[in-house]
Amino acid sequence: MSAPSCPECGAEILIPANAMAHELLPCPDCGTELEIISLNPVTLDRAPEVEEDWGE
Amino acid sequence: MIRVGIVGGSGYTGGELLRLLLGHPEVEVTQATSESNIGKFYYQVHPHLRGRTQGRFIGRDALQECDVLILAQPHGEAQKNIHRYAALAQKIVDLSADFRLQDAATYREAYGHDHAAPEWLGKFVYGLPELYREQLRGANYASGVGCNATASNLALWALVKAGMVTPNQPIIVDAKVGSSEAGREPTDSSHHPARSGIVRPFALTGHRHEYEVRQTLANCGDFDVRLSITSVELIRGVSAAVHLTLQPGMADKDFWGPYRAAWNGQPFVRVVHEKSGLHRHPEPKLLAGTNYADVGWEYDPHSGRTVLLCAIDNLGKGAAGSAVQSMNLMCGFEETAGLTFGGIYP
Repeated sequence: MSAPSCPECGAEILIPANAMAHELLPCPDCGTELEIISLNPVTLDRAPEVEEDWGE
Repeated sequence: MIRVGIVGGSGYTGGELLRLLLGHPEVEVTQATSESNIGKFYYQVHPHLRGRTQGRFIGRDALQECDVLILAQPHGEAQKNIHRYAALAQKIVDLSADFRLQDAATYREAYGHDHAAPEWLGKFVYGLPELYREQLRGANYASGVGCNATASNLALWALVKAGMVTPNQPIIVDAKVGSSEAGREPTDSSHHPARSGIVRPFALTGHRHEYEVRQTLANCGDFDVRLSITSVELIRGVSAAVHLTLQPGMADKDFWGPYRAAWNGQPFVRVVHEKSGLHRHPEPKLLAGTNYADVGWEYDPHSGRTVLLCAIDNLGKGAAGSAVQSMNLMCGFEETAGLTFGGIYP
């Protein structure tokens, strides 16, 4: 089975063996916060974001 | 160990070369010249080198044979003396603009005078390892790179290589640069009261590095790249924003593919395109003292307006770092040897 990919940039996402549903993890390439929607099969989606002004 | 000599060791790029090469596992710096500092210890000119070497500057007339000569002189000096330097060392890396362009007519157009040694232009490989790696392996002669040209080339390369940029459009590089680009010699414009705090446009059209960028991208098309340079409150650093138009309606994934294809496996280019946090785009502050180039993009899917980004340290990736990386390839060393400093933060 192929590894799940980031819905934002397509990077391959390694899911930890002890991962839980609704756990959050960042994409290693684009940094998007991802939520594990389900584990069997693994489904990822962008986690809800709080709007921010990132310092400007 | 190979013996490396530096011609023009007292400038900022000369100091950066010394710093990098004194930590290089395969190199012994056997000589460095400075006509105005003959007899002085290197650290008396470059104080951060105190305790790392007891080397002293010599004059050019005292140069001895060595394995590699790295030339870090003002533009025009290398082409006048290239025969002598070639007799002293089998391999030469010249950081000046003298051997970056392959064609004598283009050189005359860019620099306003004839080249003093046009027969040597074709012998030099353009010293940007990310694009000329295979040509540099085992080569005897490599040019340096223009710092603003390097930021432009690396910003553009992934999408140009992928065929996503149509040649028939103006491509504008808005580059913000630091004061060390102007070199070590003080001038009225670099005097602290006049320089500090500035946002000073100084070369909005007609920058000579445009020729290097067009030459580098020429294999993929005739790209009309124009540079606009603004001096800002930085000492080291180039932040290039390349403005162009792509087809509308694409998604971020359409960029990630070409960026991965171009840069995965390249030791000194990193893709920075984060969706959150402070450091979403390349920033030169994080790269001071390193040989890294950070690249990224911003894209408006409604209009296709695109900004391609690259940040470098002008003295690192934009000069001495690329030169040492080129030397590593020319000599068969590990490409990253002497170049693994990762930067500081904050």
